[in-house]
Amino acid sequence: MIERTPLLNLATYTVMVLGALMVFVPLWLVYVGATLTVREINTPELHFLTGSHLIENLQAAWARGHLGGRLFNSLIMSLGVAFGKVAMSAITAFGLVYFRFPGRTLAFWLIFITLMLPLEVRIVPTYAVAANALWPFQSILDATGLSDLIKAASGLQIALEWNLLNSYTGLILPLIATATGTFLYRQFFLTVPDELLEAARMDGAGPFRFLVEFLMPLSRANMAALFTIMFLYAWNQYLWPLLATPDRAGFGTTAVVELKLLAPTVSTNGGGTPDWNVAMAGCLIVMLPPLLLVAFMQRYFVRGLIATEK
Amino acid sequence: MEKRATFAMGWLGMAFILPQILLVFIFFYWPTGAAMFWAFTLERPWGGGNEWVGFDNFRQVFADRAYWGSIIRSLMFAASTATLSMAFGLLLAVACDRGLKGYQAFRTVFVWPYAVVAPAAALAFRFIFAPEAGIFSALVKQNPEFWNPAQNGYHAMTMIIICYSWKYAAYCFIFFLAALQAIPRSVIEASALDGASVLRRVFDIQLPLITPTFFFMLVISITDSFQDSFGIVDVMTDGGPGKATELLVYKIYFDGFRGLDYSGAAAQSIVLMLIMMVLTFFQFRYIERRVHYS
Repeated sequence: MIERTPLLNLATYTVMVLGALMVFVPLWLVYVGATLTVREINTPELHFLTGSHLIENLQAAWARGHLGGRLFNSLIMSLGVAFGKVAMSAITAFGLVYFRFPGRTLAFWLIFITLMLPLEVRIVPTYAVAANALWPFQSILDATGLSDLIKAASGLQIALEWNLLNSYTGLILPLIATATGTFLYRQFFLTVPDELLEAARMDGAGPFRFLVEFLMPLSRANMAALFTIMFLYAWNQYLWPLLATPDRAGFGTTAVVELKLLAPTVSTNGGGTPDWNVAMAGCLIVMLPPLLLVAFMQRYFVRGLIATEK
Repeated sequence: MEKRATFAMGWLGMAFILPQILLVFIFFYWPTGAAMFWAFTLERPWGGGNEWVGFDNFRQVFADRAYWGSIIRSLMFAASTATLSMAFGLLLAVACDRGLKGYQAFRTVFVWPYAVVAPAAALAFRFIFAPEAGIFSALVKQNPEFWNPAQNGYHAMTMIIICYSWKYAAYCFIFFLAALQAIPRSVIEASALDGASVLRRVFDIQLPLITPTFFFMLVISITDSFQDSFGIVDVMTDGGPGKATELLVYKIYFDGFRGLDYSGAAAQSIVLMLIMMVLTFFQFRYIERRVHYS
């Protein structure tokens, strides 16, 4: 719209520039911090100009935080969650929308109620499940008396156990067990015209063919959006990997969890000043992958956020 | 909404939804059920199963002053982060929505904080606010009392609120901008023809039209502040000094995994679940109905 509002334009730009500064200044301070030596950074003044020790600090952070292995863990976990989520959401929504079977409405509600409660609020029992993923089935067998029956009949004591701690499966599965993407796909499938299925069927396409060759190509944008969102969601996880990877020497943990150990708190090292320069260098390394992803996938990222929350 | 055209093989549909039903059962319903079971029972000290104790665990939790402290802190945290992040998010969204030259670049920048990993942001702000090296260090040198988040609870709380709001304002910005851009252009052009100035249009047309988004964001901000704050608290303050930043989820984690009080942690989880469910229900039922424009 063409209007002459010079004063208001100035005010608008001022707001936007101030906003951009609020975003940039903390990031800049982190970058500057990562370029100084310990001695330089621990002087009581604000450092606004870069030093010359960036590479050394990055190397120190990489070695001290075992970041090679940790980043690899983060990557596998995030890819697993993103791919798993996209695949499972698509087939579940397909089953719910394109088929009629008894209990369909019940299944729909069972899945969508999971949107209400995030992992954080049921964290303690989820940990117990991850320690033995077959615990639910063992309990059911015990409670129904089936275990006793089998023991009496065959002399075998049933003890189901499948420990998911310190494994990629354990990191990934609980994060997939929600309805976020399923809802997105369901909404999308409902907007696909019925005529498409009729035409496909007339051409002799079965359910698998219809899903893979018709629906999947049509939902490419949704897929990219969901993938971006889930990748970030998994990369940002903190509480779950912290609990699910107790074996730090063997399996290790994710890069985000490791970050805390670069600047220990009162509870972990009894206070003292952390090596801020190395901590900030580690911060930069861990921050980078999601920032790059968002920079390249901004369109899908914004679209996915809005679609999955509503 | 239902499809008219479907496939005939119902069993295949069941097979398609089976994986998710299994996962949801193992990692959602079973843990939720276990939390309820633990909340109403107490483990016998020398094994031999759990003893039914009714509402005793809840009574104990609610009699604990530390628990009320963490509820009040969580509410304070939710209120201040929601206010700060929504105010900044809305202001920047309104500014960007004017579509002045070069606004796309600003839009890109404003989304960034959301992509910064929460614990990394927490570490960054811990450094920025560190008394020995950060922005206040010069002032702290003259007066050590001026800023000391390791000793002063209010300082620590301020620090986590600023860090969380910095990140979350970007999230609010994304939603507010999307809502503003969804307003039909014709409505705004019509009012411009009627002589309404830019500011007038913002206050009388654009803001009233996005009230549903506003209330949606309010509820989401509160529920998110309960769950997403854990990483920031753990990295920045460890819940300290002296429990001054111990929020609800942090207390559940602490009592459950450090104190090994599963029943107490489960009772707290149930209370938090109820709060979240009431808020979500409120959002679906009440807000959507009351604030509705067509």
